[in-house]
Amino acid sequence: MSVVTFISHDGEKHEAPLEDGESLMQIAVSNMVPGIDGDCGGEAACGTCHVIVDDSWADAVGRATSVEEEMLAMNPEREPTSRLSCQMTMSENCDGLVVRLPEFQM
Amino acid sequence: MGASHAGAQVAASLRQEGWDGEVVLVGDEAALPYQRPPLSKAYLVGRSSREELAIRKTEFYAKQEIRLVRATVTSIDRAAGCVVTSEGETLAYDGLALCTGGRARRLFLPGSDLPGIHYLRTFADVETIRESALPGRHAVIIGGGYIGLETAASLRALGLEVTVLEAAERVLERVTAPEVSTFYERVHREAGVDIRTRALVESLVGDLRVREAILAGGERIPTDLVIVGVGLVPSTELAVDAGLEVEDGIVIDDHARTSDGRIVAAGDCASHRMARYDRLVRLESVPSAAEQAKTAAATLCGRERPIAALPWFWSDQYDLKLQIAGLNTGYDEVVINGDPAGDRDFSCYYLQRGRLIAADCVNRPRDFVWAKQALSKGLEVDREQLEDLVAS
Repeated sequence: MSVVTFISHDGEKHEAPLEDGESLMQIAVSNMVPGIDGDCGGEAACGTCHVIVDDSWADAVGRATSVEEEMLAMNPEREPTSRLSCQMTMSENCDGLVVRLPEFQM
Repeated sequence: MGASHAGAQVAASLRQEGWDGEVVLVGDEAALPYQRPPLSKAYLVGRSSREELAIRKTEFYAKQEIRLVRATVTSIDRAAGCVVTSEGETLAYDGLALCTGGRARRLFLPGSDLPGIHYLRTFADVETIRESALPGRHAVIIGGGYIGLETAASLRALGLEVTVLEAAERVLERVTAPEVSTFYERVHREAGVDIRTRALVESLVGDLRVREAILAGGERIPTDLVIVGVGLVPSTELAVDAGLEVEDGIVIDDHARTSDGRIVAAGDCASHRMARYDRLVRLESVPSAAEQAKTAAATLCGRERPIAALPWFWSDQYDLKLQIAGLNTGYDEVVINGDPAGDRDFSCYYLQRGRLIAADCVNRPRDFVWAKQALSKGLEVDREQLEDLVAS
Protein backbone atom coordinates (compact mmCIF):
# COMPACT_ATOMS: atom_id res chain seq x y z
CA MET A 1 0.00 0.00 0.00
CA SER A 2 1.28 3.45 -0.87
CA VAL A 3 1.26 5.92 1.98
CA VAL A 4 1.81 9.57 2.75
CA THR A 5 2.89 10.81 6.16
CA PHE A 6 1.75 13.94 7.96
CA ILE A 7 3.84 15.11 10.89
CA SER A 8 2.01 17.36 13.31
CA HIS A 9 3.62 20.44 14.82
CA ASP A 10 4.45 18.52 18.00
CA GLY A 11 6.00 15.66 16.08
CA GLU A 12 3.17 13.14 15.94
CA LYS A 13 3.11 11.04 12.77
CA HIS A 14 -0.07 10.22 10.85
CA GLU A 15 0.18 7.82 7.97
CA ALA A 16 -2.60 7.73 5.42
CA PRO A 17 -3.12 5.53 2.37
CA LEU A 18 -2.36 7.33 -0.86
CA GLU A 19 -5.28 7.56 -3.27
CA ASP A 20 -4.21 8.08 -6.84
CA GLY A 21 -5.77 11.25 -8.30
CA GLU A 22 -6.93 12.69 -4.98
CA SER A 23 -5.61 15.86 -3.48
CA LEU A 24 -3.42 15.61 -0.41
CA MET A 25 -6.03 17.66 1.47
CA GLN A 26 -8.75 15.14 0.56
CA ILE A 27 -6.58 12.30 1.82
CA ALA A 28 -5.99 14.15 5.09
CA VAL A 29 -9.70 14.89 5.55
CA SER A 30 -10.72 11.32 4.69
CA ASN A 31 -8.30 10.01 7.28
CA MET A 32 -9.09 12.63 9.92
CA VAL A 33 -5.54 13.90 10.09
CA PRO A 34 -5.71 16.56 12.81
CA GLY A 35 -4.51 20.00 11.78
CA ILE A 36 -5.84 20.03 8.23
CA ASP A 37 -9.22 21.64 7.85
CA GLY A 38 -9.79 22.21 4.15
CA ASP A 39 -12.74 24.48 4.91
CA CYS A 40 -13.28 25.65 1.34
CA GLY A 41 -13.33 22.15 -0.11
CA GLY A 42 -10.29 22.60 -2.31
CA GLU A 43 -10.74 26.02 -3.92
CA ALA A 44 -7.49 27.48 -2.56
CA ALA A 45 -9.71 30.06 -0.91
CA CYS A 46 -9.17 29.48 2.78
CA GLY A 47 -5.57 28.52 3.41
CA THR A 48 -6.53 25.95 6.08
CA CYS A 49 -4.71 23.03 4.46
CA HIS A 50 -1.20 24.46 4.65
CA VAL A 51 1.56 21.84 4.71
CA ILE A 52 5.33 22.11 4.59
CA VAL A 53 6.78 19.59 2.20
CA ASP A 54 9.84 17.66 3.36
CA ASP A 55 12.89 19.08 1.58
CA SER A 56 13.69 15.77 -0.07
CA TRP A 57 10.26 15.82 -1.74
CA ALA A 58 10.11 19.48 -2.69
CA ASP A 59 11.20 19.03 -6.28
CA ALA A 60 9.15 15.90 -6.89
CA VAL A 61 5.82 17.48 -5.84
CA GLY A 62 6.60 20.90 -7.24
CA ARG A 63 6.48 24.37 -5.76
CA ALA A 64 3.49 26.48 -4.82
CA THR A 65 1.47 27.89 -7.71
CA SER A 66 0.85 31.62 -7.90
CA VAL A 67 -2.53 31.39 -6.13
CA GLU A 68 -0.93 29.42 -3.33
CA GLU A 69 1.92 31.94 -3.16
CA GLU A 70 -0.61 34.72 -2.69
CA MET A 71 -2.51 32.80 -0.01
CA LEU A 72 0.66 31.86 1.85
CA ALA A 73 2.53 35.14 1.51
CA MET A 74 1.22 36.67 4.74
CA ASN A 75 1.38 33.44 6.71
CA PRO A 76 3.90 33.68 9.57
CA GLU A 77 4.57 29.91 9.44
CA ARG A 78 5.28 29.94 5.74
CA GLU A 79 8.45 28.11 4.63
CA PRO A 80 10.13 27.79 1.23
CA THR A 81 8.45 24.41 0.60
CA SER A 82 5.01 25.44 1.89
CA ARG A 83 2.03 24.34 -0.18
CA LEU A 84 -1.73 24.27 0.07
CA SER A 85 -2.40 20.55 0.12
CA CYS A 86 -5.69 20.97 -1.79
CA GLN A 87 -3.60 21.96 -4.80
CA MET A 88 -1.39 18.85 -4.66
CA THR A 89 -2.80 15.98 -6.69
CA MET A 90 -1.39 12.68 -5.57
CA SER A 91 -0.07 9.96 -7.85
CA GLU A 92 1.73 6.68 -7.22
CA ASN A 93 4.98 8.64 -7.55
CA CYS A 94 4.14 10.29 -4.25
CA ASP A 95 4.40 7.03 -2.28
CA GLY A 96 6.37 7.85 0.86
CA LEU A 97 5.74 11.60 0.74
CA VAL A 98 6.32 13.35 4.04
CA VAL A 99 4.84 16.72 4.94
CA ARG A 100 4.87 18.71 8.16
CA LEU A 101 1.91 20.66 9.50
CA PRO A 102 2.13 24.20 10.84
CA GLU A 103 1.15 24.97 14.42
CA PHE A 104 -1.90 26.94 13.30
CA GLN A 105 -3.97 26.88 10.16
CA MET A 106 -5.21 30.22 8.86
CA MET B 1 -29.88 15.52 12.30
CA GLY B 2 -29.00 16.86 8.87
CA ALA B 3 -26.27 15.37 6.72
CA SER B 4 -24.65 18.31 5.01
CA HIS B 5 -21.48 20.25 5.88
CA ALA B 6 -22.33 20.76 9.57
CA GLY B 7 -23.79 17.30 10.21
CA ALA B 8 -20.97 15.49 8.47
CA GLN B 9 -18.40 17.53 10.39
CA VAL B 10 -20.08 16.84 13.73
CA ALA B 11 -19.99 13.11 12.98
CA ALA B 12 -16.32 13.16 11.97
CA SER B 13 -15.31 15.42 14.85
CA LEU B 14 -17.13 13.20 17.36
CA ARG B 15 -14.82 10.38 16.37
CA GLN B 16 -11.82 12.69 16.45
CA GLU B 17 -12.79 13.78 19.96
CA GLY B 18 -13.01 10.15 21.01
CA TRP B 19 -16.77 9.52 21.11
CA ASP B 20 -16.91 5.72 21.27
CA GLY B 21 -20.66 5.25 21.23
CA GLU B 22 -22.91 4.95 18.24
CA VAL B 23 -23.02 7.84 15.75
CA VAL B 24 -26.06 8.11 13.49
CA LEU B 25 -26.23 10.72 10.73
CA VAL B 26 -29.76 11.30 9.46
CA GLY B 27 -30.21 13.10 6.15
CA ASP B 28 -32.94 13.28 3.54
CA GLU B 29 -30.80 13.15 0.39
CA ALA B 30 -29.62 9.98 -1.33
CA ALA B 31 -26.05 11.22 -1.84
CA LEU B 32 -23.28 11.12 0.74
CA PRO B 33 -22.75 14.50 2.43
CA TYR B 34 -21.41 16.79 -0.28
CA GLN B 35 -19.88 20.18 -0.92
CA ARG B 36 -22.68 22.62 -1.61
CA PRO B 37 -20.79 25.76 -2.70
CA PRO B 38 -19.82 24.24 -6.09
CA LEU B 39 -23.49 23.63 -6.94
CA SER B 40 -23.87 27.05 -8.55
CA LYS B 41 -20.39 26.86 -10.07
CA ALA B 42 -18.43 23.73 -11.06
CA TYR B 43 -21.38 21.36 -10.73
CA LEU B 44 -23.74 23.56 -12.74
CA VAL B 45 -21.29 23.83 -15.63
CA GLY B 46 -20.60 20.09 -15.47
CA ARG B 47 -16.98 20.42 -14.40
CA SER B 48 -17.36 18.17 -11.36
CA SER B 49 -19.28 15.03 -10.60
CA ARG B 50 -21.33 13.89 -7.62
CA GLU B 51 -18.48 11.59 -6.59
CA GLU B 52 -15.93 14.39 -6.69
CA LEU B 53 -18.08 16.59 -4.50
CA ALA B 54 -18.57 14.05 -1.71
CA ILE B 55 -16.95 15.55 1.38
CA ARG B 56 -15.78 12.06 2.34
CA LYS B 57 -16.20 8.70 0.68
CA THR B 58 -18.42 5.79 1.70
CA GLU B 59 -15.46 3.93 3.21
CA PHE B 60 -14.87 6.76 5.66
CA TYR B 61 -18.29 6.38 7.23
CA ALA B 62 -17.93 2.60 7.33
CA LYS B 63 -14.48 2.77 8.89
CA GLN B 64 -15.52 5.35 11.48
CA GLU B 65 -18.72 3.44 12.21
CA ILE B 66 -20.94 6.35 11.37
CA ARG B 67 -24.33 5.03 10.41
CA LEU B 68 -26.00 6.95 7.59
CA VAL B 69 -29.79 6.95 7.69
CA ARG B 70 -31.78 8.35 4.81
CA ALA B 71 -34.87 9.89 6.36
CA THR B 72 -36.17 13.09 7.84
CA VAL B 73 -36.71 13.49 11.53
CA THR B 74 -40.37 14.11 12.24
CA SER B 75 -40.21 14.85 15.96
CA ILE B 76 -37.86 15.30 18.88
CA ASP B 77 -38.86 14.01 22.31
CA ARG B 78 -36.51 15.74 24.72
CA ALA B 79 -37.99 14.17 27.82
CA ALA B 80 -37.52 10.66 26.46
CA GLY B 81 -34.25 11.56 24.70
CA CYS B 82 -35.18 10.27 21.28
CA VAL B 83 -36.15 11.34 17.78
CA VAL B 84 -38.59 9.68 15.40
CA THR B 85 -37.85 9.48 11.68
CA SER B 86 -40.09 9.56 8.64
CA GLU B 87 -39.31 5.84 8.24
CA GLY B 88 -40.87 5.17 11.61
CA GLU B 89 -37.58 4.49 13.35
CA THR B 90 -37.06 5.75 16.89
CA LEU B 91 -33.48 6.77 17.64
CA ALA B 92 -32.52 7.27 21.25
CA TYR B 93 -29.77 9.78 21.97
CA ASP B 94 -27.29 10.79 24.63
CA GLY B 95 -26.48 13.86 22.57
CA LEU B 96 -28.31 15.40 19.67
CA ALA B 97 -26.89 17.76 17.03
CA LEU B 98 -29.33 19.85 15.01
CA CYS B 99 -27.73 20.54 11.65
CA THR B 100 -30.91 20.97 9.69
CA GLY B 101 -29.64 23.80 7.51
CA GLY B 102 -32.24 25.58 5.49
CA ARG B 103 -34.15 25.62 2.26
CA ALA B 104 -34.32 28.07 -0.59
CA ARG B 105 -36.84 30.82 0.09
CA ARG B 106 -39.84 30.29 -2.16
CA LEU B 107 -41.31 32.93 -4.36
CA PHE B 108 -45.06 33.39 -4.06
CA LEU B 109 -46.27 35.23 -7.15
CA PRO B 110 -48.90 34.54 -9.76
CA GLY B 111 -47.34 31.83 -11.91
CA SER B 112 -44.52 30.99 -9.53
CA ASP B 113 -45.48 27.31 -9.54
CA LEU B 114 -45.11 26.92 -13.32
CA PRO B 115 -42.75 24.23 -14.58
CA GLY B 116 -39.37 25.70 -15.52
CA ILE B 117 -38.99 27.69 -12.31
CA HIS B 118 -36.07 26.40 -10.28
CA TYR B 119 -34.38 26.81 -6.94
CA LEU B 120 -30.77 25.89 -6.27
CA ARG B 121 -29.87 24.07 -3.10
CA THR B 122 -29.29 20.39 -3.92
CA PHE B 123 -27.70 18.08 -6.49
CA ALA B 124 -31.19 17.27 -7.77
CA ASP B 125 -32.04 20.97 -8.22
CA VAL B 126 -28.93 21.56 -10.32
CA GLU B 127 -29.41 18.43 -12.40
CA THR B 128 -32.89 19.61 -13.33
CA ILE B 129 -31.55 23.05 -14.22
CA ARG B 130 -28.81 21.50 -16.36
CA GLU B 131 -31.35 19.58 -18.45
CA SER B 132 -32.90 22.81 -19.65
CA ALA B 133 -29.82 25.03 -19.60
CA LEU B 134 -28.98 24.64 -23.28
CA PRO B 135 -26.87 27.07 -25.31
CA GLY B 136 -28.89 29.90 -26.83
CA ARG B 137 -31.72 29.61 -24.35
CA HIS B 138 -32.71 32.54 -22.21
CA ALA B 139 -32.55 32.28 -18.43
CA VAL B 140 -34.02 34.76 -16.00
CA ILE B 141 -32.48 34.82 -12.55
CA ILE B 142 -34.54 36.37 -9.81
CA GLY B 143 -32.27 37.76 -7.12
CA GLY B 144 -28.89 39.47 -7.46
CA GLY B 145 -27.23 37.94 -4.42
CA TYR B 146 -24.26 35.56 -4.46
CA ILE B 147 -26.25 32.55 -5.64
CA GLY B 148 -27.92 34.54 -8.40
CA LEU B 149 -24.68 36.08 -9.63
CA GLU B 150 -22.69 32.84 -9.47
CA THR B 151 -25.45 31.13 -11.38
CA ALA B 152 -25.47 33.92 -13.96
CA ALA B 153 -21.73 33.45 -14.53
CA SER B 154 -22.14 29.68 -14.87
CA LEU B 155 -25.05 29.94 -17.29
CA ARG B 156 -23.09 32.39 -19.45
CA ALA B 157 -20.29 29.84 -19.54
CA LEU B 158 -22.86 27.31 -20.77
CA GLY B 159 -23.83 29.70 -23.57
CA LEU B 160 -27.17 30.96 -22.35
CA GLU B 161 -28.57 34.46 -22.56
CA VAL B 162 -28.98 35.62 -18.99
CA THR B 163 -31.05 38.33 -17.33
CA VAL B 164 -30.71 39.02 -13.61
CA LEU B 165 -33.64 40.74 -11.94
CA GLU B 166 -32.81 42.41 -8.65
CA ALA B 167 -35.53 44.21 -6.72
CA ALA B 168 -33.13 46.42 -4.78
CA GLU B 169 -31.17 49.40 -6.09
CA ARG B 170 -28.06 47.34 -6.66
CA VAL B 171 -26.90 43.74 -6.63
CA LEU B 172 -25.45 42.36 -3.37
CA GLU B 173 -27.08 45.29 -1.60
CA ARG B 174 -27.47 43.55 1.75
CA VAL B 175 -23.90 42.32 1.90
CA THR B 176 -21.46 44.74 0.27
CA ALA B 177 -20.60 48.40 -0.22
CA PRO B 178 -21.93 50.22 -3.32
CA GLU B 179 -18.42 50.15 -4.85
CA VAL B 180 -18.41 46.35 -4.78
CA SER B 181 -21.94 46.13 -6.18
CA THR B 182 -21.00 48.48 -9.01
CA PHE B 183 -17.98 46.35 -9.77
CA TYR B 184 -20.02 43.15 -10.03
CA GLU B 185 -22.68 44.85 -12.14
CA ARG B 186 -19.94 45.97 -14.52
CA VAL B 187 -18.21 42.61 -14.88
CA HIS B 188 -21.50 40.82 -15.43
CA ARG B 189 -22.55 43.34 -18.06
CA GLU B 190 -19.17 42.94 -19.75
CA ALA B 191 -19.81 39.20 -19.80
CA GLY B 192 -23.10 39.82 -21.56
CA VAL B 193 -25.48 39.47 -18.62
CA ASP B 194 -28.45 41.81 -18.64
CA ILE B 195 -28.48 43.08 -15.05
CA ARG B 196 -31.66 44.89 -14.08
CA THR B 197 -31.87 46.56 -10.71
CA ARG B 198 -35.06 47.94 -9.15
CA ALA B 199 -36.69 45.20 -11.18
CA LEU B 200 -39.65 43.86 -9.28
CA VAL B 201 -41.19 40.73 -10.72
CA GLU B 202 -44.96 40.90 -10.58
CA SER B 203 -45.83 37.60 -12.16
CA LEU B 204 -44.58 34.72 -14.24
CA VAL B 205 -46.64 33.52 -17.16
CA GLY B 206 -46.50 30.58 -19.52
CA ASP B 207 -48.32 27.57 -20.82
CA LEU B 208 -46.80 24.16 -20.22
CA ARG B 209 -43.81 25.96 -18.75
CA VAL B 210 -42.74 29.46 -17.84
CA ARG B 211 -42.37 31.79 -20.86
CA GLU B 212 -42.20 35.33 -19.52
CA ALA B 213 -41.40 37.30 -16.42
CA ILE B 214 -43.58 40.36 -16.06
CA LEU B 215 -42.15 43.31 -14.17
CA ALA B 216 -43.97 45.94 -12.17
CA GLY B 217 -44.47 48.60 -14.84
CA GLY B 218 -45.48 46.03 -17.40
CA GLU B 219 -42.24 45.08 -19.13
CA ARG B 220 -42.27 41.46 -20.30
CA ILE B 221 -39.04 39.48 -20.36
CA PRO B 222 -39.13 36.30 -22.42
CA THR B 223 -37.54 33.29 -20.80
CA ASP B 224 -36.99 29.56 -21.11
CA LEU B 225 -36.13 28.96 -17.50
CA VAL B 226 -36.23 30.90 -14.26
CA ILE B 227 -33.88 30.42 -11.33
CA VAL B 228 -34.86 31.95 -8.03
CA GLY B 229 -32.12 32.94 -5.59
CA VAL B 230 -33.80 35.08 -2.96
CA GLY B 231 -32.28 33.72 0.19
CA LEU B 232 -32.56 30.88 2.61
CA VAL B 233 -35.10 29.97 5.25
CA PRO B 234 -33.49 28.15 8.19
CA SER B 235 -35.11 24.83 9.04
CA THR B 236 -36.03 25.32 12.66
CA GLU B 237 -39.55 23.87 12.87
CA LEU B 238 -38.53 20.76 14.82
CA ALA B 239 -36.56 22.86 17.27
CA VAL B 240 -39.55 25.16 17.76
CA ASP B 241 -41.84 22.17 18.26
CA ALA B 242 -39.40 20.76 20.79
CA GLY B 243 -39.56 24.02 22.73
CA LEU B 244 -35.98 25.11 22.09
CA GLU B 245 -35.15 28.81 21.94
CA VAL B 246 -35.30 29.95 18.34
CA GLU B 247 -34.65 33.45 17.09
CA ASP B 248 -34.32 33.37 13.32
CA GLY B 249 -32.12 30.30 13.88
CA ILE B 250 -31.78 27.88 16.76
CA VAL B 251 -30.07 29.90 19.47
CA ILE B 252 -26.66 28.55 20.52
CA ASP B 253 -24.00 29.75 22.93
CA ASP B 254 -20.22 29.75 22.44
CA HIS B 255 -20.25 25.97 22.97
CA ALA B 256 -22.87 25.40 20.26
CA ARG B 257 -25.28 24.43 23.01
CA THR B 258 -28.98 25.14 22.54
CA SER B 259 -31.30 25.93 25.44
CA ASP B 260 -31.21 22.16 26.16
CA GLY B 261 -27.81 21.04 27.48
CA ARG B 262 -27.97 17.72 25.62
CA ILE B 263 -28.72 19.35 22.28
CA VAL B 264 -26.24 21.27 20.17
CA ALA B 265 -26.77 22.98 16.82
CA ALA B 266 -24.50 24.07 13.99
CA GLY B 267 -24.62 25.56 10.51
CA ASP B 268 -27.19 27.58 8.60
CA CYS B 269 -29.95 26.70 11.10
CA ALA B 270 -28.09 28.15 14.10
CA SER B 271 -28.10 31.66 15.55
CA HIS B 272 -24.97 32.19 17.59
CA ARG B 273 -24.69 34.88 20.21
CA MET B 274 -21.28 36.16 19.16
CA ALA B 275 -19.29 38.17 21.66
CA ARG B 276 -17.33 39.62 18.73
CA TYR B 277 -20.45 41.32 17.40
CA ASP B 278 -22.46 41.49 20.62
CA ARG B 279 -25.58 40.05 18.99
CA LEU B 280 -27.15 36.93 17.59
CA VAL B 281 -25.69 36.09 14.21
CA ARG B 282 -26.96 33.42 11.84
CA LEU B 283 -24.28 32.76 9.24
CA GLU B 284 -24.76 30.92 5.98
CA SER B 285 -21.27 29.74 5.25
CA VAL B 286 -19.33 26.51 5.08
CA PRO B 287 -16.40 27.70 7.24
CA SER B 288 -18.80 28.78 9.95
CA ALA B 289 -20.73 25.49 9.75
CA ALA B 290 -17.43 23.62 10.13
CA GLU B 291 -16.30 25.75 13.06
CA GLN B 292 -19.61 25.40 14.91
CA ALA B 293 -19.73 21.67 14.16
CA LYS B 294 -16.27 21.08 15.64
CA THR B 295 -17.37 22.90 18.76
CA ALA B 296 -20.66 21.01 18.87
CA ALA B 297 -18.82 17.68 18.76
CA ALA B 298 -16.37 18.75 21.46
CA THR B 299 -19.24 19.88 23.67
CA LEU B 300 -21.02 16.55 23.26
CA CYS B 301 -17.78 14.86 24.33
CA GLY B 302 -17.56 17.08 27.39
CA ARG B 303 -14.64 19.13 26.11
CA GLU B 304 -14.20 22.89 25.94
CA ARG B 305 -13.71 24.27 22.46
CA PRO B 306 -15.53 27.58 22.14
CA ILE B 307 -16.54 28.87 18.72
CA ALA B 308 -13.87 31.43 17.98
CA ALA B 309 -13.09 31.67 14.29
CA LEU B 310 -13.70 34.89 12.43
CA PRO B 311 -16.60 34.56 9.96
CA TRP B 312 -15.41 34.50 6.39
CA PHE B 313 -16.91 33.74 2.98
CA TRP B 314 -15.96 33.33 -0.63
CA SER B 315 -17.65 33.57 -4.00
CA ASP B 316 -16.32 32.60 -7.43
CA GLN B 317 -17.67 34.27 -10.55
CA TYR B 318 -15.87 34.11 -13.91
CA ASP B 319 -12.17 34.59 -13.20
CA LEU B 320 -12.95 36.47 -9.99
CA LYS B 321 -12.29 35.08 -6.57
CA LEU B 322 -13.99 37.14 -3.91
CA GLN B 323 -12.87 36.45 -0.36
CA ILE B 324 -14.59 38.16 2.53
CA ALA B 325 -13.15 38.46 6.03
CA GLY B 326 -15.43 39.45 8.89
CA LEU B 327 -18.94 40.92 8.91
CA ASN B 328 -19.34 44.48 7.67
CA THR B 329 -22.63 45.13 9.46
CA GLY B 330 -22.62 48.63 10.88
CA TYR B 331 -19.72 49.97 8.81
CA ASP B 332 -19.62 53.73 8.35
CA GLU B 333 -16.88 54.15 5.75
CA VAL B 334 -14.78 52.18 3.31
CA VAL B 335 -11.21 52.35 2.07
CA ILE B 336 -10.66 50.98 -1.42
CA ASN B 337 -7.35 49.53 -2.54
CA GLY B 338 -7.21 49.32 -6.33
CA ASP B 339 -9.55 50.41 -9.09
CA PRO B 340 -12.87 48.57 -9.04
CA ALA B 341 -14.16 50.74 -11.89
CA GLY B 342 -11.49 49.59 -14.31
CA ASP B 343 -9.60 46.54 -13.04
CA ARG B 344 -10.46 43.00 -12.02
CA ASP B 345 -8.78 43.06 -8.64
CA PHE B 346 -9.24 45.33 -5.65
CA SER B 347 -9.99 45.25 -1.95
CA CYS B 348 -12.69 47.07 -0.06
CA TYR B 349 -11.97 47.57 3.64
CA TYR B 350 -14.88 48.34 5.94
CA LEU B 351 -14.42 50.55 8.95
CA GLN B 352 -16.61 51.34 11.88
CA ARG B 353 -15.75 54.39 13.98
CA GLY B 354 -12.34 54.42 12.35
CA ARG B 355 -11.48 50.74 12.93
CA LEU B 356 -11.27 47.90 10.42
CA ILE B 357 -14.15 45.41 10.82
CA ALA B 358 -14.26 43.53 7.51
CA ALA B 359 -12.79 43.28 4.01
CA ASP B 360 -14.03 42.21 0.59
CA CYS B 361 -11.06 41.17 -1.53
CA VAL B 362 -11.43 40.43 -5.24
CA ASN B 363 -8.53 38.50 -6.74
CA ARG B 364 -6.41 39.75 -3.86
CA PRO B 365 -5.75 36.72 -1.66
CA ARG B 366 -2.87 38.52 -0.01
CA ASP B 367 -5.09 41.34 1.22
CA PHE B 368 -7.66 38.81 2.37
CA VAL B 369 -5.17 36.80 4.38
CA TRP B 370 -3.80 39.96 5.93
CA ALA B 371 -7.27 41.23 6.89
CA LYS B 372 -8.38 37.85 8.17
CA GLN B 373 -5.34 37.56 10.38
CA ALA B 374 -5.57 41.12 11.66
CA LEU B 375 -9.26 40.71 12.50
CA SER B 376 -8.82 37.23 13.98
CA LYS B 377 -6.11 38.47 16.29
CA GLY B 378 -8.22 41.45 17.27
CA LEU B 379 -5.59 43.91 16.04
CA GLU B 380 -6.90 47.43 15.91
CA VAL B 381 -6.33 48.74 12.42
CA ASP B 382 -7.27 52.35 11.80
CA ARG B 383 -7.86 54.38 8.69
CA GLU B 384 -4.36 55.78 8.59
CA GLN B 385 -2.72 52.34 8.75
CA LEU B 386 -5.02 51.14 5.99
CA GLU B 387 -4.20 54.09 3.81
CA ASP B 388 -0.48 53.50 4.36
CA LEU B 389 -1.02 49.90 3.36
CA VAL B 390 -2.92 50.94 0.26
CA ALA B 391 -0.22 53.43 -0.68
CA SER B 392 2.62 50.92 -0.23
